[in-house]
Amino acid sequence: MADESLVHTASQTVGPFLHIALADPRARYAVEPNFPGAVVVRGTVTDGAGDPLADALIETWQIDGLFARCPTDADGTFEIHTRKPPPVATLDDTPQAPHLSVSVFARGLLDRVVTRIYFGDEAAANAADPTLAMVGPDRRRCLVAEPDADGGYRFDIRLQGDDESVFFSI
Amino acid sequence: MTTDIPETFAPPPPGTHPPLDYPDYRSTALRHPNHDPLVLDPGKLDPTELSGPVFGEGSVSEADADLTSGPEGEAVGQRIVVTGRLLDGTGHPIASSLVEMWQANASGRYFHVGDQWPGTLDPNFTGAGRCLTDAEGRYRFVTIRPGAYPWGNHPNAWRPAHIHFSLFGRSFTQRLVTQMYFPDDPLFFQDPMYQSIPDPQARDALVARYDHDVTVPSWALGYRFDMVLRGPQRTAFEVPRG
Repeated sequence: MADESLVHTASQTVGPFLHIALADPRARYAVEPNFPGAVVVRGTVTDGAGDPLADALIETWQIDGLFARCPTDADGTFEIHTRKPPPVATLDDTPQAPHLSVSVFARGLLDRVVTRIYFGDEAAANAADPTLAMVGPDRRRCLVAEPDADGGYRFDIRLQGDDESVFFSI
Repeated sequence: MTTDIPETFAPPPPGTHPPLDYPDYRSTALRHPNHDPLVLDPGKLDPTELSGPVFGEGSVSEADADLTSGPEGEAVGQRIVVTGRLLDGTGHPIASSLVEMWQANASGRYFHVGDQWPGTLDPNFTGAGRCLTDAEGRYRFVTIRPGAYPWGNHPNAWRPAHIHFSLFGRSFTQRLVTQMYFPDDPLFFQDPMYQSIPDPQARDALVARYDHDVTVPSWALGYRFDMVLRGPQRTAFEVPRG
C-alpha cells in the first residue's frame, strides 16, 4: 500500500553542468574494449532542429548486471562499451530479443526519457519481440542499433521531430 | 495461472513530475518528444527495468561526502550539512544505494568550462559528492551553501540556490535526478524549474528544511532533505501455460 503522507520526489533537469559529477570517463566501459564479446554502441543525440546535444547523458542497464554511462561530446556523440546481454523473458514469460535499457538525461529535459537498444543482427529474435511488435514498422528501426563499418553498432537518439525516437513510460 | 509479482513499481501520483513540454523553460522547446511514450502491459514488463545497478562500498570513499576540503585548503562559504533518508513510495528505506550530487560554489559559479558568468571561482571547491545510503537509507554530505546564479532563460533570470541529486534506488524504474532547494528563497517565483512541478506539495518537497538538530555547534548549519522514489507494488496478471 502506498503511504499517502509520503510525497514522491519530483524530477528536475540535470542542467548543463552534469559533467561535474556524472562524467567519469571510465564509466562508458561496462566491459574493457578487449574483453571477449565486447561491443561498442555509438550514436548522436539530436533535438527537434536536428542539432546535436552537447549536454546530454546516456545510461545503459542490462539484465546481466552491466551498467554504463557516457555524456555526449560537443558533436552530440556518445559511446558505450558493453557486451550483448542474454535474452530475458517478460514477466509473463514472453521471450524478448536481447536489448539494453536506456535513460537519456539532458539540459532541457525536465525528466529523463527511456528507450531501448536492440541489435540489428538479431533479426529472428527481433521479429518475435513483443515490444518491437507494438511499434509500427516505420518507427521500429528507432529502437534497433545497426552494425557499423567499425565492427560496432550505431544508435542515434532523436528527442523530437519526424524521426523521433521511441520512448517508454515505465 | 495468476502470479503475484511483488517487484513492479508504482508510478508517483500525477502532478509529481514536470511535463517535458514546458514553454517557460525555453530549452524544452526542441528537446521534448512529441509522441506519447509507449506504455507496456504489466505482463510485458521487462525484468531488466525492474532491476538496477548495485554500487558497492568500493565505489565511494568517505572523503567523497565532504566537499569542503580542496587541494589548497578549505572551500570558501557557509559550511552546511545536508542529510536525509532515501525512501521508496511505501516508506521503506532504500539501503546501500548510490547518491551523487553536484552544485555551484558559494558565489553561484560552477567548476565547469561551460560556466563563464563573472562569479568567483574557488580552487578549493569542485562541487561534486557521492555516498552510499546506510541501512536506514540515510545519506549525509558536508558542503558549502551554493549561491544563486544568473542564466539566459528570460530577462533577469536567476536560478535559486540548489543542489543536484542523482539517485538510483534499487531498480532502473526508480532512477531519478532532482534538485534540492533552500527554505524561503526569494527567487522561486521566477524559476521555471521549480515552477514546472504541477503539484504544489511536490514542489514544496524539493525544499530542504533547516534542522537545528543537524546543525553542528560552532561548525556547520544543518539541512534535512528526504527523497522518495517509486515504491514496489504487487501486480497480478495471467501467465499462459502451454
